[in-house]
Amino acid sequence: MPDTADRALDTFPRLLFHHARVRGDKAAMREKDLGIWQSWTWADVAEHVRALACGLAALGFRRGDNLAIIGDNRPRLYMMMTAVQCLGGVPVPLYQDAVGAEMLFVLQDAGVRFALAEDQEQVDKLLEIQEQLPSLEHIVYDDPRGMRHYTQPFIHDIDELMAMGRIHDQNHPDFLDGEVALGKTDDVSVMLYTSGTTGKPKGVCQTHDAFISSGRGGCEFDKLTDAEDILSYLPMAWVGDHLFSFAQAQVAGFTINCPESGDTVMTDLREIGPTYYFAPPRVFENLLTQVMIRMEDAGAIKQKMFHYFMGVARRCGAEILDGKSVGLGDRLLYALGHLFVYGPLKNVLGMSRIRVAYTAGAAIGPDLFRFYRSIGINLKQLYGQTETCAYVCLQPDGQIKLDSVGMAAPGVEVKIANSGEILVKGPMLLKGYYQRPDATAESINADGYFMTGDAGFFDDDGHLKIIDRAKDVGKLANGAMFAPNYIENKLKFFPHIKEAVCFGHDRDMVCAFINIDVGAVGNWAERRGIAYSGYTDLAGKTEVLGLIQECVEKINAELVQEGMLADSQVHRFLVLHKELDPDDDELTRTRKVRRGFISEKYAALIEALYGGKTSQYIETEVKFEDGRRGKVAADLQIRDAKTLPVVKKAA
Amino acid sequence: MNGRQIGDVILDLQNISLRFGGVKALTDISFDVREHEIRAIIGPNGAGKSSMLNVINGVYHPQEGRIVFHGEERRKMEPHMAAMQGIARTFQNIALFKGMSVLDNIMTGRITKMKANFLEQAIHVGRARREELAHRRKVEEVIDFLEIQHIRKTPVGRLPYGLQKRVELARALAAEPSMLLLDEPMAGMNVEEKQDMCRFILDVNDQMGTTIVLIEHDMGVVMDISDRVVVLDYGKKIGDGTPDDVRSNEEVISAYLGVAH
Repeated sequence: MPDTADRALDTFPRLLFHHARVRGDKAAMREKDLGIWQSWTWADVAEHVRALACGLAALGFRRGDNLAIIGDNRPRLYMMMTAVQCLGGVPVPLYQDAVGAEMLFVLQDAGVRFALAEDQEQVDKLLEIQEQLPSLEHIVYDDPRGMRHYTQPFIHDIDELMAMGRIHDQNHPDFLDGEVALGKTDDVSVMLYTSGTTGKPKGVCQTHDAFISSGRGGCEFDKLTDAEDILSYLPMAWVGDHLFSFAQAQVAGFTINCPESGDTVMTDLREIGPTYYFAPPRVFENLLTQVMIRMEDAGAIKQKMFHYFMGVARRCGAEILDGKSVGLGDRLLYALGHLFVYGPLKNVLGMSRIRVAYTAGAAIGPDLFRFYRSIGINLKQLYGQTETCAYVCLQPDGQIKLDSVGMAAPGVEVKIANSGEILVKGPMLLKGYYQRPDATAESINADGYFMTGDAGFFDDDGHLKIIDRAKDVGKLANGAMFAPNYIENKLKFFPHIKEAVCFGHDRDMVCAFINIDVGAVGNWAERRGIAYSGYTDLAGKTEVLGLIQECVEKINAELVQEGMLADSQVHRFLVLHKELDPDDDELTRTRKVRRGFISEKYAALIEALYGGKTSQYIETEVKFEDGRRGKVAADLQIRDAKTLPVVKKAA
Repeated sequence: MNGRQIGDVILDLQNISLRFGGVKALTDISFDVREHEIRAIIGPNGAGKSSMLNVINGVYHPQEGRIVFHGEERRKMEPHMAAMQGIARTFQNIALFKGMSVLDNIMTGRITKMKANFLEQAIHVGRARREELAHRRKVEEVIDFLEIQHIRKTPVGRLPYGLQKRVELARALAAEPSMLLLDEPMAGMNVEEKQDMCRFILDVNDQMGTTIVLIEHDMGVVMDISDRVVVLDYGKKIGDGTPDDVRSNEEVISAYLGVAH
């Protein structure tokens, strides 16, 4: 392969062809297919990418075109990203579980001419909205299953596309290298849509330079090499996956592993044993909930042993991981604990080989965070958003503070505005929102800082602490600070609580909606012989309300210790009759609560909470996965939680 | 609906009568099954539907009548011979090995294809080993087809009913049958599970070209997916034809809905 494309490793295609030369027979991607892990080496990937890119060119793909990628994490979907970049186009990954109508906005906004759909399901979604998408000319699919009868000429099998590309490549051997050489580092390399917590999604345009700088910075910071293994299971449309599974993998040359299906992630995690792992707090939370459920079903001796050694780990585990001084007795006990509990537990979780694990996307409960660190998993937090390639702050090894997100990452400048908002600047900033100069101007100030919309402050050691979304931080009627996220996260740490929404801005007290975790509470109920028919029934049981009340009262006891948040104790709460669901627009696709929408939809419940009622009837429409609608109705009980008197300290 | 080609008659049942002592289970029943079609057998409880399936795969031997399969008249035979000829089936009440994993259960579906002798298999060398790998690959294809990767290693007894039904279908498919007999594949399932099962049955028929004979009580399902329907009542055939024909057949309506006397 001629070396013309390789003047500098400043675009992703150049990085790929570089890896194909220097570590050509090392595994770049793996995927479990028919029960066996299949590998593609860097040389294989380069060959596939070449064929895909030439195939696209043969179909008429032009520089600057956008190509939508819709599907689970599959090797050929990742390859397609680089193939599109080779031609100077922009890949636009979409959330694969969205329904057609939801995808429509993004597809129209991005004006895609080409789409890569993983399977029949995704192709069907595209066909369903095709009439409203005049720009869409070609659909390529990855999985041929069920596609036999789709004879439309604009639908192509990815293998046929590659075959076409190989012929094109033979006829025009210099074509692709020429295209790759045309690529500039400040070209847009990918467009990621914001999840749309507020308003319509916006396409965030990131350049090769932004993601390569972020990838390099992260790899140097954590000393990542080409020997790492990572499990790529988070939506490809999410900035975190793009940074870890695409940018960092391409910069460091490590291996990405795609799970067999969404349901097998846990098994695949165990089989691969990644060395580098990324998951949102929710995943860590679910894992811990499962462990706790299984421990409750374990025999008495095992339970005793587990709880004893977890006590040891809580006392000294995190300190040992940070390399701090710990007494000999505790060290010996911890070593024993590792043999009997932590080692096997890490093995079950698939985390035996992990050197570095990150979490981000939402605040992680301190106790949850400490649990993983105490059993010797180097779990760290990072802070960033789509607009900053998820690369703003990282926690350095050995200096982990549970309630901070670490220090500014290499090359990134972070400062706090007078309003408390966090401002950032560096190579990782977005080039702009796609065709939205107004929005770009709104989010980047005159000095070139991106306004994150988060409120935070630096502590004495220069670690950044995030309090909440700047616009969510409100005030109670008496003027005390009210940070709903902070309280909700505390509630959500209880295994029995899946989701919580707190209200209190301009009110005289804080009230909360609670969603129970059906798995954990169901198990709890079964062991007590409480019969229930489903979520709504379980959520209305008096016993369950008592259980949740205990949780609420525990966090009230914690909050009262925390000075400025003491007034935020939860006075009244109810357990919702249905689970908050992205399909009903109550959560975003990344499962963040849409506070405004919820308070409108359930206005009657909020009124009942503040109006002192003891119960309230509510009827709600729900959407099922197949698009049908139904109604859930219940008479919700409202409980008062015990609160503790606030001791006002003299200022 | 699609480009699926329905072929010639591959199974022809002529004037079948089956008696258990004095009880007449089937009386003078004739119908045929064409290649690649989905053929439903319906009828009220006790109409003789399961007996009919048992006649087809050689569990029962009718006292009268001829069975012509692939152009050859069938002599008296045993169920395993039917399996050898490419007929696989699932049962009304799930007949899986509850303590074995999903994977092992499906592996048992390959039994007729195994060539290695007992000794070779016991010490797991040479031919037995190569064979097992090939069989495992086929089984994995079926697992992929029916989307049950996540329960591969789970003991069948721990699975919910709907999934057990799917595992049973997987075992039948592992035998790579040319004809599949399904005895109430959707009994006791909820709406979503039924939809899944329908899709799988249609996929099997469409992509593998398997001929399917099924018994089902859910009329919606039967009318939706079958090419032709035969209706039995008290061991007699009272209707035969496309779903539309059968739906408008007076005798069928009275058997199902009752008539005013």
